[in-house]
Amino acid sequence: MNTLPSSASTHSSFRWAISDVLTIARRNLMSLVRIPVAIVFMIIQPIMFVILFRYVFAGVINIPSTSYVNYLIPGILVQTMIFGSVGTAIGLAEDLQKGLIERFRALPMARLAVLAGRTISDMFRNVIVLVIITGVGFLVGFRPGGGFVAYIQASLLMLLFAYCLSWGFAFIGLAAPNSEAAQAITFPIIFPLTFVSSIFVLVSTMPGWLQPFAINQPISQTVVAVRGLMLGDPHGQSTWISLAWAVGAIVVLAPLAVNRYRKVA
Amino acid sequence: MSEFAVEALNIVRTFNDGDVRALDDVTLHVPTGQVFGLLGPNGSGKTTMVRILATILSPSSGSATVAGYDVVKQPNQVRRHIGLAGQNATVDENLTGFENLRMVGLLNHLNKAYVVAKSRQLLDDFGLSDAANRITKTYSGGMRRRLDLAAALVANPPILFLDEPTTGLDPQSRQDLWGIIERLVEGGTTVLLTTQYLDEADRLARQLVVLDHGKIIAQGTSAQLKAQMGATVLVLSFASTDDASRVRTLIADLSDKPANLEGTVIEMTVDNGPAVTADALRRIDGAGIALSGLALREPSLDDVFLNLTGHKAEDPTVEDATPGGRQRRRARA
Repeated sequence: MNTLPSSASTHSSFRWAISDVLTIARRNLMSLVRIPVAIVFMIIQPIMFVILFRYVFAGVINIPSTSYVNYLIPGILVQTMIFGSVGTAIGLAEDLQKGLIERFRALPMARLAVLAGRTISDMFRNVIVLVIITGVGFLVGFRPGGGFVAYIQASLLMLLFAYCLSWGFAFIGLAAPNSEAAQAITFPIIFPLTFVSSIFVLVSTMPGWLQPFAINQPISQTVVAVRGLMLGDPHGQSTWISLAWAVGAIVVLAPLAVNRYRKVA
Repeated sequence: MSEFAVEALNIVRTFNDGDVRALDDVTLHVPTGQVFGLLGPNGSGKTTMVRILATILSPSSGSATVAGYDVVKQPNQVRRHIGLAGQNATVDENLTGFENLRMVGLLNHLNKAYVVAKSRQLLDDFGLSDAANRITKTYSGGMRRRLDLAAALVANPPILFLDEPTTGLDPQSRQDLWGIIERLVEGGTTVLLTTQYLDEADRLARQLVVLDHGKIIAQGTSAQLKAQMGATVLVLSFASTDDASRVRTLIADLSDKPANLEGTVIEMTVDNGPAVTADALRRIDGAGIALSGLALREPSLDDVFLNLTGHKAEDPTVEDATPGGRQRRRARA
């Protein structure tokens, strides 16, 4: 009885899944076009961190190998990407709260598309933020010496790392009772990982008992890799360790998020 | 497709590890091509039922088919045959009306050119063409509901679930929406409508199920439900509440249904209107009480509900029992 020009026969279900992901991602990105001020909110915080550490605290932080601004900016970039991935939790919690997830769940679309579309559009938003904060870094004197290719590699590494983490935030967004709570839940996870790290200071200046965590935790490893690539400094196995964390995170977190999406109602 | 567009057999749905029974052994047979009403106050389980039929929630036990497909085993087949609109499903505030419809059409895996044409046509039909390119954040409540309904119709579904489609709307918007629903049914669509408004069920639904606390407490056509009630409602009004409550005691034995007192007005469902009225008037006169108003009217579904449950349908003290049920969503209404 349904005589719609549905072209199911000419498309495989895989192609429809891709189409669904793109439709959702596009819908999410439209909200950036409609509320461009959202980008301003995303870049204000990292800019304040840049100013605070570059001009206020720089005098008391001594980095032997390079200028503090060169040390700082790669760390700020990684931190900003992580904060950006938190947006996944807030976005999904809002969709849930407003009833959009309810509508999507009653449509014959790919199950994964709401989550994949959300994480991909958030990564795209992160690319925009990354470009802007990179520009800010150069304005305040950031002069990396690692070369263009390594710089791009470093950027891709942190985008990928943040993307994989965003699946964990997707889970939080679907589990939280509302978007404010989602944001509140992410804070105690993000805060120790970004501040007890090598983002702002040398881990060797921290108390001995804190150092093993501070240097081995995934965000620090990513910062070491990104900084090493950007500045052209040796950084050991940290690129591989960061990639391993990223892959491990998505392997564990994506099924959790998908399972949560299936149950949420 | 069978003669029933929707069949639900012995549906039970519990929440909080069985503490809350949102649906308790509900069986529905929704005939193809008409409006079927699911009537009940907040917390009666209407929305839970719609969510189960729309494959959003799975039943704790029991089974259901929609358009002949099992809601648990063949959810994607079900989704291809349904449209869902109402208090929980909604539109994206940051997209325009047109973009919302296009998004839903594409997610239904329909051909792009068709989706664009159909979206334009629906916006026209629902009086939204002027607002088509405005973001929906700027829409009024009535416009949002119409867009919400339009989104449910992009894929031309043969079966439509409307979950309290007019809750919170002004009278004119309600009338508009009723007109749209009636035209859809004329076109062959089956509509499962939930409502807590008895006039809405009375006006639209050919068959009704009345739910209270997750259980079916009555079913049939609205005429049958009214007939079950007795033929007429006797309405008596007085100058003071004292007079009214005295008369209530005086005439209590004239019907097997309770006399309902609200302020200075008594309403009582009676089987033999004229005879009971004459009897009541004699007693009132004999007690020396002055009557300030008298009427006999057809029973409304409000009366049905009051008689069935002992409480009125629009009981504002009961919140929807769908637990964890995202009550916060309702906060926006």
